[in-house]
Amino acid sequence: MTDFYSLLPALFLGVGGMVLLLGGVLTKASDTTPGITFGAIVLLAVAAVLCWVAPDALLFGGLLKTSLFTRYADSLVYLAAIAALILSVDYNKRERIARFEYPVLVLFAVLGMIVMISAADMMSLYIGFELQSLALYICAAMARDSVRSTEAGLKYFVLGALASGLLLYGISLVYGFAGTTNFAALGEVFRAGARPGTIVGVVFVLTGLAFKISAAPFHMWAPDVYEGSPSSVTALFATAPKAAALALFLSVMAGPFAHLTGQWEMLIQIVAVLSMAIGALAAIGQSNIKRLLAYSSIGHMGYALMGLVTGTAGGIQASLVYIAIYVVMSFGAFACVIAMRRNGQAVEQISDLAGLAGEHPAFAFAFAVFMWSMAGIPPLAGFFAKLYVFYTAFNAGYDTLTIIGIIASIVSAFYYLRVIKVMYFDKGQPGFDKTSAGAGFVMAVGAFATIVFVVIPGPLMALAGEAAKALMG
Amino acid sequence: MIVPLSHYLVVSAMLLVIGIFGIFMNRKNVIIIMMSIELILLAANLNFVAFSGVLHDMVGQVFTMFVLTVAAAESAIGLAILVIYFRNRGSIEVEDVTLMKG
Repeated sequence: MTDFYSLLPALFLGVGGMVLLLGGVLTKASDTTPGITFGAIVLLAVAAVLCWVAPDALLFGGLLKTSLFTRYADSLVYLAAIAALILSVDYNKRERIARFEYPVLVLFAVLGMIVMISAADMMSLYIGFELQSLALYICAAMARDSVRSTEAGLKYFVLGALASGLLLYGISLVYGFAGTTNFAALGEVFRAGARPGTIVGVVFVLTGLAFKISAAPFHMWAPDVYEGSPSSVTALFATAPKAAALALFLSVMAGPFAHLTGQWEMLIQIVAVLSMAIGALAAIGQSNIKRLLAYSSIGHMGYALMGLVTGTAGGIQASLVYIAIYVVMSFGAFACVIAMRRNGQAVEQISDLAGLAGEHPAFAFAFAVFMWSMAGIPPLAGFFAKLYVFYTAFNAGYDTLTIIGIIASIVSAFYYLRVIKVMYFDKGQPGFDKTSAGAGFVMAVGAFATIVFVVIPGPLMALAGEAAKALMG
Repeated sequence: MIVPLSHYLVVSAMLLVIGIFGIFMNRKNVIIIMMSIELILLAANLNFVAFSGVLHDMVGQVFTMFVLTVAAAESAIGLAILVIYFRNRGSIEVEDVTLMKG
C-alpha cells in the first residue's frame, strides 16, 4: 500500500488535469485562462513536493520505478513546466492565443514525461513517450490562425511520429530477441551477450530517443519547430521534454542496455560529436533568435551526451548536472525572447535587440548572463557544466572527444557573443515595450541561479551524484 | 502448415521500409505521409504478435493493444493539425510545407 504514495504525483497530475479541463469547459466566465494556468502551476508545484515525499518503489509489477534519479529528473521537468506556464500567461494573451486548453495540455505532457522518466518497462516507456509527444504536437500548432505555427505543428507531428515508429520497431525487435520488455530482466539477458537482432533493435531505440532530444543527425525538425511555434510553447519545448528525454536516454542506456556498452558507445560518440559540430556551425548564420537557440540546444545535447559516453556513475552525474544547468539557462533565455517586443509587436530578429542595453539595462544584463553562460565563459554556471563534462570525458580517456567539444564550444562562443555585442554596442531604434512581470520574474530567477551556482555548486553536484548512483544501482 | 518466424520478420521489415520511403520519397501529399506512419506502426505490431506467438508470451499482444490505441489517437491529432494547416495554407502538398528553412 505504501507503493501507492509513489504514484501520487502522477495521479495528482492526471486527475487535476481533467478537473481543470472540465472547469474550463463548464465555466461561463469570459476569460478563464489565467485562472486555469494558475491552477496548473499549483498542481505542478504540489506534485513536485509529493514526488520528494514519496518513498522509492517498484510499481505495477515492475512497470514503473521511482528512485532519487527519477525525483531529480522529475523536479527539472516540474521546474521547466512551471516556468513555461508563467511565461505563457502574458504572451498568449497579447498574441491572442490564450486558450485554457494550453495549461491542461502542458499538464498531460508533464504526466507523460513523469511516466517516461520512471519507466522500468518498454511498455510504460512507450506510453509515457506518446502521451508527452501527442500533447506537445497540439501545443506546437496552438496558434491555429498562423501559417507558421500550423506548419511547425505539422512538421513536428510527422517527424515525431516517425521517431516513435522507429522506437517502437526497435522495442519490438528487442522484445522478440530477448523475450521480455522489463528493464531489469533485459539487463540480465544482455549480461550473457546479445544476438544480432537485439543490436538492430537497440540502434532503432537509440534513433528514436535521439530524435526526441534533437541530437544530430536527427535534429532537422528542431529549428523549424522552434521558430514556428509561439514563443511561449518554444520555451517549453526547449526545456521540459529535453530534460525528460535525456533522463530517459540515460536510464535506458545505463539500465537495460548497460551490458551492451561496446555496441552503443561508438554511436553515442558520433551523435555527440555531430550535435556539437552542428550546434556550433549551423547557428552562426542565423538571424532569428529562436532558430539560434534551437541550434544552440542541439549543441548542448551533444555536450550532455558526452557524460553518457563514459558509462560511469561520474559521467551520468556530469550529464545530470549539465541538463539541470541547461534547463535553467534555457528558460531564462526564452523569458528574454518572450520579452522582446517593440511597439506591441513580438520581434524575433537578433538585429531587433540593438540598443536594448540603453533602454532596459536589467533585461539586457539578464540576456547577457544567459548568453555568456551558454557560451561557457567563466564564472557562470554554463562554464562549470561544460568543464565538468569535459573533465569526466578526458579522465575516462576520451581525449579526441574532449578536444572536439572544446573546439565546438569556442566556435559557438562567437554567436552568443554576437547577441551581446548587438545589445550593448549597436545603435538601434528606441521603442522596446516594458517587460511583463511574469517574464521579468523568470528572467530574474534564471539569472540569479546562473550566477549563484558559482558560489554554491555543492548541493546540485552532490544531488546529481546521488541520483547517478541510484540509477547505476 | 506453420509459417516460420522469419517470414513474419521479412514482411514487417518490408512494411517498415515502405513506410520510411513513403515519408521521404513522397513529394505529393501529406495524407500519404500519415498512411506511411501507420504502416511503420503496423510493422512493429506484426513483429510483436509474431514474437508473442513464438515465445508463448502474452506481453507482445498486450503491447499491440496499446499501440493500436496510441496509433488511433496519433492519427486523430495528425489529421486535426492537417485540417488547420489546410485552412491557413489552402494546400497539403508536401512541397508547400517550406515556409521555414535553413
